[in-house]
Amino acid sequence: MSGKAILQCKDVTVSFDGFKAVQGMNLSLEASGLRFLIGPNGAGKTTLLDAICGKVKPSGGSILYRDGIDLARRKEHQIAELGIGRKFQAPSIFPTLTVEENLELAMKQKRGILATLRAKLAAAERERLAAQLETVGLAGRQRARAGSLSHGEKQWLEIGMLLLQEPSLLLLDEPAAGMTDRETEKTGELLQEIAKDRAVVVVEHDMEFVRNFASLVTVMHEGRLLMEGTMDQVQADDRVAEVYLGKRREAAC
Amino acid sequence: MTQWMIKTGASRYGLAMWYFLAAALLLAAPLFTSDFRLNLLAKFLAFAIAAVGLDLLWGYTGILSLGHGVFFGLGGYAMAMHLKLQASGGRLPDFMDWSGLTKLPWFWMPFQSFGGAVLLGMAIPAAVALFLGFFTFRNRIRGVYFTILTQALVIISVTLITGQQAFTGGTNGITGYGQILGHSLAAPETKLALYYVTAGVLLATFVLARIVVKSRFGKVLRAIRDGENRVRFLGYDPSRYQMGVFVLSATLSGIAGMLFVLHVGIISPSMMGIVPSIEMVLWVAIGGRGTLIGAALGALLLNGAKSAFSESYPDIWLFFMGALFIVTTVFLPRGIAGLAVDGWRKARRIVRRRKEVPEHERKGYSAV
Repeated sequence: MSGKAILQCKDVTVSFDGFKAVQGMNLSLEASGLRFLIGPNGAGKTTLLDAICGKVKPSGGSILYRDGIDLARRKEHQIAELGIGRKFQAPSIFPTLTVEENLELAMKQKRGILATLRAKLAAAERERLAAQLETVGLAGRQRARAGSLSHGEKQWLEIGMLLLQEPSLLLLDEPAAGMTDRETEKTGELLQEIAKDRAVVVVEHDMEFVRNFASLVTVMHEGRLLMEGTMDQVQADDRVAEVYLGKRREAAC
Repeated sequence: MTQWMIKTGASRYGLAMWYFLAAALLLAAPLFTSDFRLNLLAKFLAFAIAAVGLDLLWGYTGILSLGHGVFFGLGGYAMAMHLKLQASGGRLPDFMDWSGLTKLPWFWMPFQSFGGAVLLGMAIPAAVALFLGFFTFRNRIRGVYFTILTQALVIISVTLITGQQAFTGGTNGITGYGQILGHSLAAPETKLALYYVTAGVLLATFVLARIVVKSRFGKVLRAIRDGENRVRFLGYDPSRYQMGVFVLSATLSGIAGMLFVLHVGIISPSMMGIVPSIEMVLWVAIGGRGTLIGAALGALLLNGAKSAFSESYPDIWLFFMGALFIVTTVFLPRGIAGLAVDGWRKARRIVRRRKEVPEHERKGYSAV
């Protein structure tokens, strides 16, 4: 499997009323591995994830998934069914449902009306739910309303939901935002673990976090690919330093 | 809210007991009431069916329809058309005669059979809901925009029915029939039987709604209420669920409308207009949306209050109704059912505290 691309973005362009948030971005992902997506504010990182998961439609270029499925032509729920999971910046769980119900809905399953009318939690599914509750540290809270959880717990619940979706490609937008140092550490380890058998893309601003857990880093700037490499290569790169620190401008002054 | 009640309120056994109690009450009601009251109660039970349907849509899925009067009315017309044809005994219904029609319009034909009328009384509201839902939910029209469209549906339907007097009876509606399946509608036995039919349908509706709400389908509905987009990114197509619950809700309103006509003996455009549509929402709001029992009780209590006030204070009863609405919306945002849940919770807390006190005393702690 390894070596074959699960996702190929070619010349992807996304524009909002003429403003091009992403212009001609290229990105290729293998079927497994953790990829960090970094870049200064407004570089188009989140917009790129939005384009992949169908939230926005690209105005140009192509996004091909697996054996050439064109994601630009699919609706969000179809893309999700194809095995692409997405986590947004703010934790988005269903506040009036219990923790358990949140996970139950996320679980990989048939998602048609008739299927959900008849669905019953099988013993095996119950066990998986319990195991997932354990993993994300919410065991014993399964009957609590998700809306009553703390910010960090909500983040974890959402990660648990994403894992139960069993995606082949996971897109995460600042998963560690608002977490304590220990939780951040735990998140990083979890990400490395799950990236062993699926592709994971993480948009992140916390450089410490990226340094600790990144194997491959993609740097975006002004909607384009700036460079791709290991964290050491990226840190040593002059252009990267320039866009982050405005070095040349300072030198020119 | 329902979930909370079930968890703390009672076990499955306890719940069955409540159902049994409700069924027994409904069954025994004819023993204690006059024919007139029983007929009123039957009408209110029909309203309660519509309220439960509306609650599935609004309380559980978060979609506010101010057009359910239309579905109610369509069901009512289906039944009235059948009764009218029966009463006319093979000749043209009287109002068609007056309007100069010489032949029965084609769309009246299927209503000659009782079964056909009942089927269409459910199928037509369902089809209208599916049509409206298809073009709105799939295009992600929601919130107030959807609500406004349902109001437009009301205006269109009322205008259409009023304008096509020759085919629909116009403003007067359809009335002047006395028999159903050969039994006189005015006879006490028929009235009693119709009461039991209505009570039975209400109980069946309740059980059905409960199954829906407790299923995973119901959880998806509540998830849509919480965050439609998130549901989408889990891989569910929210528009299908919205269409599904809208159709179910409209069908229940249609059933309610059919039963209403049997109790009241008339259906007219004014019974499916904007005011009745909004009134239906008020039953649910005041009873407590998001709880099935709240919606049903809301319909019963509000209509009960309406007839009690209007009998005792014929001049100023509307002011009482207005006051009731204001008081409940200001002080009981979750309706009567919400109040009951809070009261129950508080009572339990007090009971628990009482139990704890003696232990403290036994351990030698001061009482204060």
